[in-house]
Amino acid sequence: MNKIVKTVLAIAAIAAAFAGGAYLGRASKSDMVITSSAGGAEYSGGFKAEGEAAEKVKAAASAGSLKSVAGPPGPHSVVVKDGESILQAVKNAEPGTTIRVMPGTYSETVYIDKDNIRIIGVIEAGRRPVLDGKKQLNDAILYSGNNFVVENLEIRNYKGNGVMGQAGNNFEIRNNVIVDTGVYGIFPQLGQNGVVEHNVVSKIADAAIYVGMSDNVHVAHNEVFDSVAGIEIENSRHAIVENNYVHDNTGGLLAFVTPGLPIKTTQDVIFRHNFVVDNNTKNFGAPGSTVAGIPSGTGILVMAADDVVIEGNVISGNKVAGVIVTDHGHAANITVDPESEPNSDRVRLLDNVMLNNGYETIPEGKALLLAEGKGGKNLDIIRVGPSPGSCIVNRHQYVTAGVGDFGECDFTHTANVSTYLLPPVPPRTIDITERGKVAFLGICSGCHIYNGRMIGPPVQVIQALYLDNPQGLADYIAKPVKKRPDYPEMPPQDYLDPETRLAVAKYMLAVKN
Amino acid sequence: MLLACVLVIAAVVAAVSVTRAGMRSATQAGDGFVLSGRCPPSFELIAGGTCELRDRYQFYDSLQDRGVGGTRTSLPPHRDGFRPEQIDLGRYLFFDPILSGDGTQSCGSCHRPDRGFADGKPRSIGIHGQDAGRAAPTLWNVAFLQTFFWDARASSLEAQAQGPLFSPREMGNEPERLLRSLNDNATYRRLFRQAFPGGGEAITAAEVYTALAAFQTTLVSLNSRYDRYAHGYAAALTERELAGLNVFRSFVARCAECHTPPLFTNGQVAVIGAPEPAGHPFDAGAEKTFHAAKLRGGFKVPTLRNIARTAPYMHSGAFDTLRETVEFYNKGRGNAVPPGATLYLHWHISSPDLTATEVGLLVDFLQTLTDEAFVPEIPRRVPSGLPPLDNPKESRT
Repeated sequence: MNKIVKTVLAIAAIAAAFAGGAYLGRASKSDMVITSSAGGAEYSGGFKAEGEAAEKVKAAASAGSLKSVAGPPGPHSVVVKDGESILQAVKNAEPGTTIRVMPGTYSETVYIDKDNIRIIGVIEAGRRPVLDGKKQLNDAILYSGNNFVVENLEIRNYKGNGVMGQAGNNFEIRNNVIVDTGVYGIFPQLGQNGVVEHNVVSKIADAAIYVGMSDNVHVAHNEVFDSVAGIEIENSRHAIVENNYVHDNTGGLLAFVTPGLPIKTTQDVIFRHNFVVDNNTKNFGAPGSTVAGIPSGTGILVMAADDVVIEGNVISGNKVAGVIVTDHGHAANITVDPESEPNSDRVRLLDNVMLNNGYETIPEGKALLLAEGKGGKNLDIIRVGPSPGSCIVNRHQYVTAGVGDFGECDFTHTANVSTYLLPPVPPRTIDITERGKVAFLGICSGCHIYNGRMIGPPVQVIQALYLDNPQGLADYIAKPVKKRPDYPEMPPQDYLDPETRLAVAKYMLAVKN
Repeated sequence: MLLACVLVIAAVVAAVSVTRAGMRSATQAGDGFVLSGRCPPSFELIAGGTCELRDRYQFYDSLQDRGVGGTRTSLPPHRDGFRPEQIDLGRYLFFDPILSGDGTQSCGSCHRPDRGFADGKPRSIGIHGQDAGRAAPTLWNVAFLQTFFWDARASSLEAQAQGPLFSPREMGNEPERLLRSLNDNATYRRLFRQAFPGGGEAITAAEVYTALAAFQTTLVSLNSRYDRYAHGYAAALTERELAGLNVFRSFVARCAECHTPPLFTNGQVAVIGAPEPAGHPFDAGAEKTFHAAKLRGGFKVPTLRNIARTAPYMHSGAFDTLRETVEFYNKGRGNAVPPGATLYLHWHISSPDLTATEVGLLVDFLQTLTDEAFVPEIPRRVPSGLPPLDNPKESRT
């Protein structure tokens, strides 16, 4: 059950027993500061793009329009009909292909290891294309290519993920209905610049939407429910999570640093204008998973994440607390990472609407309230563990525990920050000469050196044979034949594309040492 | 093919008496050693006379430059920039038993080119026949690692080298004796001066570690069939292997979460609760390194590149085959944790409940990570005159 917070609160209660007097004193003496969030200072922190991107981000932000990060659709298009395979279409597709999927049932894992592929469902009179994993398949959509778009699908009954990304940049995951797809509904990982919007995700054993180790992400207008975690931002930077309806999960919105991952920080996350409602679902997370420690009844949970802004949310009916701020040290089921800073620094609690939270908080929470002279009240906000530089606006509106040393915030809104998304990145062009050189050094140089015998003949000898005929050499590389009795036969290098083979040939014929 | 040639050459090495007298006589005879001025495969000699790595992953980028992710992602930051002569000197040192306390073991004795730069043993055996406690890890792609040893206690190859060199359970040498034996050897004195032109008269310990590091950073394996697939050649993997890749990176099996491509390790410490072989005591691993009880039983995630070549598996060789190893993960979270022990198992250690077919697919996929094309040549002879590998017969297999 509620491992994280149970221990958290147990420790907190002990701490409060010692420090209770101090808390009590401070809380009762502080003057009421009333701040209007209509107008006032704007957010001066957050993501700052550099160079040309900065100008474009600024322009897009002022227009409030940047939601396309994958660039315009490519020139090719193909239709997949019921009974056909989406994966086969992906395999056949050139980069720059839009794959339209007609309504029907598709039971497959679709993996996309190339760039610029769009999988767009066609919805006819409410009928969507359905990917059904039948509780036998692991993942529905698995992409590693850049500029990937997936829209309008219904995904059900997988064991791993609905949509999982591994290092694809510039992704758009939109308008999908995802139900009971295992560990995560939507899980972009290790990607930069992505949009997750207008999805309806439910019955997920971990997070319905999980942004893991990613940068510059926009999560908006999604409905997430009946899951252990609603939306989780983990080891990620520059994320805006806004206008989502997050209800009936175990915990609603999460900003975490999970220890032991290769990317060590969560920073600059804005949770704003979300409905975080009735997140009281019994925790059904897998034993040992990080979310298995979330107490049922958590609205927003911040653990070790820095610069999290919580603004303008309607947070209601979450029975343990509306907002919990904690650190690694107080979480029993969290390991340690010498490279991760364990505290939630600079949490900014701006104006939020809080109703009827913490009405059934766990006994240790009640004890903490009691220690601050607030016994019997319903807990809105609780902080346990160091949280330097944090602030709160209009604290008198809420029932709080542990935020006595939070200062006033020096800004009241983030309206000036419309997005952290970057303009579509133009496709990388690799200088062909460079490609030839690197392929030669990275592959061919194990067998061929300029002027000595290795596994294969010296480059000098090859130069004499193919002097003005790079294409001939490129063709030979793809399909070698045994030429020399005193050398082993060369294995075919047909896995290099024709352009790269020609570039290798040109490099070999030009090289001087 | 290359490997086969190398090993034939290695097998031709003449047996030399492993005695101090033998070492001395070989020293006097040991001339004609020339350090190569050419960079090894995959390296480019740049202005200034140092070797820089070139590989096709350098065309890609990665989040926060950490070098982890999907198919076309750059690799983590790496070590290079050594002079070719330093690299070649490192090769002689690596295979020269003069580095051990009694002249019986070289680095190559436990990091054998014919065994994926591991030694094929559950745990390595030192010069006194003692169990070293842990398995010799592969050296392929060490240039990309930030920490060394199973318990991540060293943060450079230079620091790492001093572990086995001076451990009585491994090579059993002492710093003074190591430097004396090298400085007594005219060939080494000449070769060190060639490799380190700015250095003084006497060979220093730092030069020894630098040369060993230089050589090891050239052990690059990035041209497996998996790599061909990752760079865009879809036919590089069979349907079964592709299915295996998808099990590998799915969030049911979660292999790729820690064995993250393109290096197939994320470089982190993880507590997975792997068993010790029968009769072998529990190993607290990284708990000691980081003074952290929560890392008790934690070990550095090893790379899976050339994993098919480095059986047995895990830190102390509990499993003989890849299949057994994969099955360990599939038997469920904590299945081998000793009764009464408290381990903070990694959250990705789950109970994936893979089918037998899926386990087989994973094993198939793991075979696609093999690439030993750039295996270096074992020197036919080394400046000490000792045999470069302690048991050349065995290496012929």
